[in-house]
Amino acid sequence: MTTSERRHLRNGLLFALPYLIGVAAFVVYPLVMSVYYSFCRYNIISSPVWIGLDNYRELFFNDPVFLKAVYNTLYYTAFAVPLGLAFSIGLAMLLNLRTPGVAVFRTVFFLPSIVPMVASAMLWLWVLNPESGLVNGLLRQVAGIDGPGWLADEHWSKPSLVLMSLWGLGTAMVIFLAGLSDVPQALYEVARIDGAGPWRTFRHVTLPMLTPTILFNLVMGLIGAFQYFTQVYVMTGGRGGPVDSTMFYALYLYRNSFYYLRMGYACAMAWMLFVLIFVCTAAVFASSRRWVYYHGE
Amino acid sequence: MMGGAVNGRRAAARLLGGGRATEARERVSLTRAVVGYTLLIVLSAVFLTPFAWTVSTSLKSDAQVYSLDVTWIPSPVMWSNYAEAITAIPFFTYLRNSVTVTALCIVGTVFSSTLVAYAFGCLEWPGRDALFVLLLAGMMLPPQVTMIPVFILFCRLGWVDTFAPLVVPAFLGGGAFFVFLLRQFFKTLPKDLFDAARIDGCSAFGMYWRIALPLSRPAVMTVVIFTLNMTWNDFLGPLVYLNSDSKKTLALGLQAFSSETGAEQAELMAISVLMVLPLLIVFFLGQRYFVEGITLTGMKG
Repeated sequence: MTTSERRHLRNGLLFALPYLIGVAAFVVYPLVMSVYYSFCRYNIISSPVWIGLDNYRELFFNDPVFLKAVYNTLYYTAFAVPLGLAFSIGLAMLLNLRTPGVAVFRTVFFLPSIVPMVASAMLWLWVLNPESGLVNGLLRQVAGIDGPGWLADEHWSKPSLVLMSLWGLGTAMVIFLAGLSDVPQALYEVARIDGAGPWRTFRHVTLPMLTPTILFNLVMGLIGAFQYFTQVYVMTGGRGGPVDSTMFYALYLYRNSFYYLRMGYACAMAWMLFVLIFVCTAAVFASSRRWVYYHGE
Repeated sequence: MMGGAVNGRRAAARLLGGGRATEARERVSLTRAVVGYTLLIVLSAVFLTPFAWTVSTSLKSDAQVYSLDVTWIPSPVMWSNYAEAITAIPFFTYLRNSVTVTALCIVGTVFSSTLVAYAFGCLEWPGRDALFVLLLAGMMLPPQVTMIPVFILFCRLGWVDTFAPLVVPAFLGGGAFFVFLLRQFFKTLPKDLFDAARIDGCSAFGMYWRIALPLSRPAVMTVVIFTLNMTWNDFLGPLVYLNSDSKKTLALGLQAFSSETGAEQAELMAISVLMVLPLLIVFFLGQRYFVEGITLTGMKG
């Protein structure tokens, strides 16, 4: 290496030093240790004891709560993500009409997504309260029907959470708005001249041009949904809802680590989560070649 | 390709009764605008309702809170709920803790992420791009994978029940997300500026401090706003690391209060409102940074 190259390397490493230390301490080291722990029985108090594949075996064959957690998480993801995408595209399209005062509406739709999750969980816990909550109160007053138990009912608890997630769509909506503004006006002109109605324009012009943005929000949505934790914890006091109906993956992981002190077991769970996320994301990206259209590249 | 087709078709349309088509076009737009506007208003009402209900509940008396009828305007208006809420929990302690942690994280993140992004975006050095890919890959790890060993690490360091586990990582790179964002931004800065400075004998740090940083104000503001939002919001971090009441942040304090028996619903709502208020103020002051930041990540991501 020449002197100047060496100097450049030194500078580069020096500036990147905080990150290098950070990544070594908080990413690489924990990654390696986490793999190791997943093959051990470890409760912090005593040293880890190697038990081979026992944790993994127990996870898949001997733990009904784990299977429930996987089911709950997949259920939530399967509903929340597509609904979320559809709804945020819808909102973005509405905002894209550029009616007067659209900035106010954009703010209104975006606001819930900056509310701290703890606060919004408390909020919704009360709104969905079976007795004195807003939703059931309105149902009683306006339609005269007795609303369901929402979060207190094991059959309604997950749908309630899916519904709640639609409130916090602001971020995805803003990204779709940006994506919509990238669609060339000329295409709309052509569609209109060709006599396409609003639905056909959407289906054949807007949607294809939005596919890169959809891909981004889909992946981010999936990752977020698989790691869903805070709202569930706050709303069920960390217990996972009526009859484990809201025992989500991240919550069960947390309980195993900090309630039952089964660190090794929890690490095994964490790696399975990574595998799940990785496989889903890879599948989405692989399929993306068929339905994503990258204009302008 | 498109241009020619459009011109051809437009010319044809104009020839074949463009007048009527224009009117039809305008009529359709009006209907769409009216329908769209109505939908916007209805949806806005739906979106704002939970907020309104929370504020309304926070000012109600117990009788009204738990009644089966839906009342929007509390009567009497119990401003005292807020006073009671602030005394029911160590509110100001929690507030001070949240502010401290958030402020420290912002400072740490801004400085370390800009330094690191500068290294990746403006400096040339062997191994730079490979290391950057590593950084990106690290973003894909769910936090649960590293959570436990990191916790054990902090245990051994004796940092549990302090702010250190929440703040120190901010000083060590500030999070891959922000490094990524800033690096993309730095790359758009014109090379000539740096070349000219280098010719004038400016050091690498000088270029960082006097050129890159001042020119990146919008991106840095975005980092500030996002860090503020994320840290104020953070629940899992404080949940894992903060045990004693004197250290808890607002997010944790609110949740802990809610799981206590005898926690009054109105007071809970009051605390929630108080917790959201600072963020709302920050949001209204820095609205465009929120939106710009998200757009930046969404489009480049």
